[in-house]
Amino acid sequence: MQVTRFPARAAGTTERMADFMAHLRANGLPVGPPETGIALKALTTIKAWDAAEARLALKAICAGDAERFERFDDLFEAYWLNSGRERQGFATRDERRTKHQVPTFGPGVDRESRSGEKGALDQPEGGDDSDGFSHSGDGKLVASRLRNIEKVDLRELMMPEDLKRAERVAERFGKNIRDRRSRRRKAARRGAQLDLRRIARASVSAGGEPIRLLKRRRPDRPVHLVALLDVSGSMTVYARVFLAFLKGLMSADQRTDAYLFHTRLVPISDALRDHDSLRAVNRLSLLADGFGGGTRIGANLAQFNAQYAAQRVNGRSVVVILSDGYDTDPPAMIATALQRLKKRGCRIVWLNPLKGWKDYAPVAAGMAAALPYLDLFAPANTLESLAALEPQLQRL
Amino acid sequence: MTMTWTELKSDLATTGYVASDDLAMALHLSLALGRPLLLEGAAGVGKTQVAKTLAELKDTRLIRLQCYEGLDAAAAIYEWNYQRQLLSIRAAANEDASSEEIEERIFSEKFLLRRPLLEAIQQETAPVLLIDEIDRADEEFEAYLLEVLSDFQISIPELGTIEATTRPHVVLTANGARDLSDALRRRCIYSFVDYPDRASELAILNKRNPGIETRLAEQIVGFVQALRKEDLEKKPGVAETLDWAAALSGLGINDLAEDPVALQASLVCLLKTQADCAAIPPEVAQRLAGKAA
Repeated sequence: MQVTRFPARAAGTTERMADFMAHLRANGLPVGPPETGIALKALTTIKAWDAAEARLALKAICAGDAERFERFDDLFEAYWLNSGRERQGFATRDERRTKHQVPTFGPGVDRESRSGEKGALDQPEGGDDSDGFSHSGDGKLVASRLRNIEKVDLRELMMPEDLKRAERVAERFGKNIRDRRSRRRKAARRGAQLDLRRIARASVSAGGEPIRLLKRRRPDRPVHLVALLDVSGSMTVYARVFLAFLKGLMSADQRTDAYLFHTRLVPISDALRDHDSLRAVNRLSLLADGFGGGTRIGANLAQFNAQYAAQRVNGRSVVVILSDGYDTDPPAMIATALQRLKKRGCRIVWLNPLKGWKDYAPVAAGMAAALPYLDLFAPANTLESLAALEPQLQRL
Repeated sequence: MTMTWTELKSDLATTGYVASDDLAMALHLSLALGRPLLLEGAAGVGKTQVAKTLAELKDTRLIRLQCYEGLDAAAAIYEWNYQRQLLSIRAAANEDASSEEIEERIFSEKFLLRRPLLEAIQQETAPVLLIDEIDRADEEFEAYLLEVLSDFQISIPELGTIEATTRPHVVLTANGARDLSDALRRRCIYSFVDYPDRASELAILNKRNPGIETRLAEQIVGFVQALRKEDLEKKPGVAETLDWAAALSGLGINDLAEDPVALQASLVCLLKTQADCAAIPPEVAQRLAGKAA
């Protein structure tokens, strides 16, 4: 969370309130001068010196939806009660260099060894880590429940040339999924075909002379994309490609939604849609707190069902899940979550980077549980492999 | 009329609505600042009831506009009474009236059918206008509503602009069928209504069902609270709790642990889908009842 320093020189209530609004704005709440005005007016109707009361009032005014409603208390405390958080700076050059020296992560390796709490780890999932994969380093093939405390600066992960390439692929990917036309034809002002039935009817008033030529066409039935990206430790190595890919998908179409998940689920549509791509990445870095930590696919899918699916997923949606299927939740959770999601009539595509490997079999218990509910299960570890999916997507 | 939000909260409680601090403050601000109140939350947590209670508290009319897909201005604001207009034209054919006179007559207020929004701004005393489930209405309607809510005036081409005589207290409810526009959210005072905690739910149950025994009430609330933690498709709301309590007293059950068969049968008041019924077999119900006791 970004915290604005309490301005020591701020004179009156008005200035402080304006500054508080700026603090909220910096943290992504859409508030502005009108809200400042209302807030000041509201303070006159309550006991403004009582912090609890002021908090309730400001919350009612500034929090526009359920998510912000929940976050507001923290933001309020950070500003007015100075709860001791520091402004989050961006990684300096030196930090970056040290980061590069850290051994790279192999797929399927969570970062638990560096998070310093080895004791709390779960058992390796399914016990099948010895036969399918081998890796160097001391990483283990486990899904971890721990949240990664380290901050990953996503600016490192997004180079402009990669972004451009990913966006091109994403655009084609999006088009392939999205462009759907109905089989039937409906009356329309413009269209390729003549609508003979309507022409005949309209000609009655002209004594049988077909004066008005009416048309019909196949109506568009656009498909709405929802992407869920796993950024747990085991996926770190692919996160860069996939994030760029999501950014491309989002900028190609306004209706696309994107979410990140590791130990919790974070909606990132707004951040990705930011026109200023540097600011978008900064906002993402703030949101992705916990990036590269443990995985809880089942719980996150269940949360998606409960919180977002009702609004975002319908019969014309394609839900794209980008994950390797290594999960700390019981596999049955993935199955029930996907089953419930499926009931909304959407199609589910699971892109698994590991599937591109030789001799891959979906043995991870989570992945195996998910298979019956998938409409397409395909490999995706590079932009090329994503691009190669086109023909399969058209058939969905 | 200056009323603090704590007074408002206790007034609501005496009228039979137990409100959380968040909600009481939001309602207070919406009354004090004259802004619409937007309530979000799961089904059955008592969003609609806020408006009803407010109307009772203010001793004023409750005008309700139920939104649905395809709701248009004609159904929400006003409509001309075509049948009466036609009859009037027929009747005028025998008289010797000019076409202007007829037109003036048939486009007078007498032939206007007032729909909730128009009705709400023409009341003597400010009514409570409840716009229920705004997220079901189309985006176009939402845009129109924004205009009405900011100016409180409605223009009818044939009659001219109708100004509000009083400003209604507007309460909007939504439960997430569609994302609302930021413009609407910003114009409103917002509150998220959550499931009540144990103490509040007990208070609600006692308010609404005064005859209930203390022990049974505690059991009921404990059971429902535990049930909400189970993995259900549709979690039971406060309305369901009240229904269930009524059903139990109708069945003459005084103790949840007493009659497992009747308990299981009465669960139809709480579980509203087939999958949920299957998710709570008798053993689970017994376990929850045991915990609640």
